[in-house]
Amino acid sequence: MTVRLYLWQRATAAVMVPLVLLHIAVILYVSRQGLTAADILSRTHGSLPWASYYALFVAAASIHAAIGVRNVLTEWSPLGERGAGWCALSLGIALALLGFHAVVALVLM
Amino acid sequence: MPAELSVALWRGAEDGRYETYRVPRRESQTVLDVVSFVQRHIDPTLSYRFACRVGVCGSCAMTVNGKPRWTCRTHVAKVAGDGRLEIGPLENLPVIKDLATDMQAFFEKWQRAKGVFEPSRTRLDAIEEIRPDSPARRAADAAIECINCGVCYAACDTVRWNRDYLGPAALTRAWTLVNDERDAGVAARLQAVAAAGGCHACHSHQSCQELCPQALNPTAAIAGLKRRTLAAYLKGEIEP
Amino acid sequence: MIHRLSGLALAIFLPVHFFVLGLSFHGGARLDSVLRWTDQPPVKLAEGGLVFLLTVHLLGGLRVLAIENFAWSDGQKQLATLAAAASAIVAFVFLVRVF
Repeated sequence: MTVRLYLWQRATAAVMVPLVLLHIAVILYVSRQGLTAADILSRTHGSLPWASYYALFVAAASIHAAIGVRNVLTEWSPLGERGAGWCALSLGIALALLGFHAVVALVLM
Repeated sequence: MPAELSVALWRGAEDGRYETYRVPRRESQTVLDVVSFVQRHIDPTLSYRFACRVGVCGSCAMTVNGKPRWTCRTHVAKVAGDGRLEIGPLENLPVIKDLATDMQAFFEKWQRAKGVFEPSRTRLDAIEEIRPDSPARRAADAAIECINCGVCYAACDTVRWNRDYLGPAALTRAWTLVNDERDAGVAARLQAVAAAGGCHACHSHQSCQELCPQALNPTAAIAGLKRRTLAAYLKGEIEP
Repeated sequence: MIHRLSGLALAIFLPVHFFVLGLSFHGGARLDSVLRWTDQPPVKLAEGGLVFLLTVHLLGGLRVLAIENFAWSDGQKQLATLAAAASAIVAFVFLVRVF
């Protein structure tokens, strides 16, 4: 890991500390009664605060997960730095695309 | 206290195996005493390193019952309450023979981390005045007692997983010099430890801190380097 | 180690999580069919596991940030145990609420 990756990894981690706390709180709160799509959509649909919260969360999580997986692959797989870097980049892009797709679906559709 | 110890010693190179010896148990016996007894009274071909016997030279580190230790200052009573000892060469280093490892990679990494003092004055200049109680000097003094024994390097998970990783000892040395006001090589040193395999590879597992025989804290030193290199990177003083 | 394995597991779960939520792109019906599937006890148990992983990864990350940024580094073993205990409690609370 170089200093640039380290910066992104720790910065996204710090950003996600309050995001994850809120996420866990929401999970515990809504799990009282079973989840339905209508419940979720009524909370998120057309809501700018939830949209920005989840968009920020997706961006940070994609970067954070990609760098983390890159480190694990570098140390635990025979891929080497370059191979691990490409795998991690693909994962990050896939996560961001899927994540933003989900946010758009929950907020706009 | 049992009358005898059952001592398994690593014999041979990488493809060797443990062989068991019986060694008389003595009062205040150290692990190095046990190894020396085997070499002097049972098998003179046993290879191992030691020099000072009093915890100064840093040459007698071995793996004792699964953990790296300086054997000259490790009492048998502390690590082998049940009278059994398993002593092997240090981990993460190639085995030459028996209990002796090839420490070349360990010392080369000190060079790669720029662990050499770069003087900022010549012998013609007046001696620089450094207050011993200044914060910078205290930070430099924190790890000045490292004896290069390699215990932290052998204990480190990151070294095990990443052959490029400089390791706790070399990075701690770099941190000592970064804090030394008389040193002129800080920029190059920060650049060296900020590259791949440098301080940011550390996972803060703290095995180095737990096992350092000098009770130093390499994890804290490496954390210091992480902060300093990050600041230098943000200011544009070093390349990513 | 716990931190690494929990992180890996979360990274594997995330694409699925995003994909399922993305199903509502075409209305809530398909999302609902997946959510009905998650009402089965074994799936709920697995969700409890995910809550545990998320919490333990959060607490492990806080430990790393604390070690790296504050001159404070003793008692790491106790911290790891505390993190596991706190995560277990959060996951347990989740399980109690869903069943």
